[in-house]
Amino acid sequence: MSMKSSTRQVDGVTIVDLSGRITLGEGSVVLRETVRDLLSKGQKKILLNLGDVNYIDSSGIGELVSAFTTSKNQGGELKLLNLTKKVHDLLQITKLYTVFDVKDDEATAVKSFTQ
Amino acid sequence: MSANRVSYTLDSTLETVNSAEETAGRMAAEAGFDDEEILKISMAVREAAVNAVLHGNAYDPTKKVTLAFEVTDHDLVIVIRDQGKGLDASKIPDPLAPDNLMKTSGRGIFLIRSFMDVVEIHPSQTGTELKMIKHVRGNAADSKEAPQ
Repeated sequence: MSMKSSTRQVDGVTIVDLSGRITLGEGSVVLRETVRDLLSKGQKKILLNLGDVNYIDSSGIGELVSAFTTSKNQGGELKLLNLTKKVHDLLQITKLYTVFDVKDDEATAVKSFTQ
Repeated sequence: MSANRVSYTLDSTLETVNSAEETAGRMAAEAGFDDEEILKISMAVREAAVNAVLHGNAYDPTKKVTLAFEVTDHDLVIVIRDQGKGLDASKIPDPLAPDNLMKTSGRGIFLIRSFMDVVEIHPSQTGTELKMIKHVRGNAADSKEAPQ
């Protein structure tokens, strides 16, 4: 199953609901283009909802890192929401869990962005 | 002792990466691994296939990837070969080093080593052979400890 992405606005934060696989190829490209598109429109508070992402490979991890640093370099904030156990474990073993700002409640996550 | 061996010759394409992952999952299930171990094995093989297709063969349509699985009483042995320039494992940076943590690539071999019990990298001028072994739990070791 490839990845699907949809966006919605909540209190000035763009929530990107992702589902499927973030892997080399289509999944990584969808994520990259979605984040690029948001930043180009000035939507710099980005919350990636990974609740329905059931698989991620090293390319997908790289794409998350890229999205994080690109957002930061453009004065934005990118946070992660609702990690599945598989994705959580992967970020733990790659020592990226503490690099990302990870949330497990949408309302709390939205409020945590700089006003 | 019994052994089942199967091998595939594959093109240097993204489809090969997906196909290698799916085949690994099927072989791991047939070898009796649980869901968590199946995921780790199929992910390790996916990463190995990415290395072979992208970094080894560089999508060259004239170069092939060979993938072999062998199931023995104690192990699942997976060997993947490419026809690239040969991977120098000593030059692979540590992705956990502070300077490398935010790099967008370079985690494939690390993940393979995390998920498999034995990983051997054999580079040569005609390509790289990556051998991965996952021990089948619960056979010999458990039977030795079983109550009489």
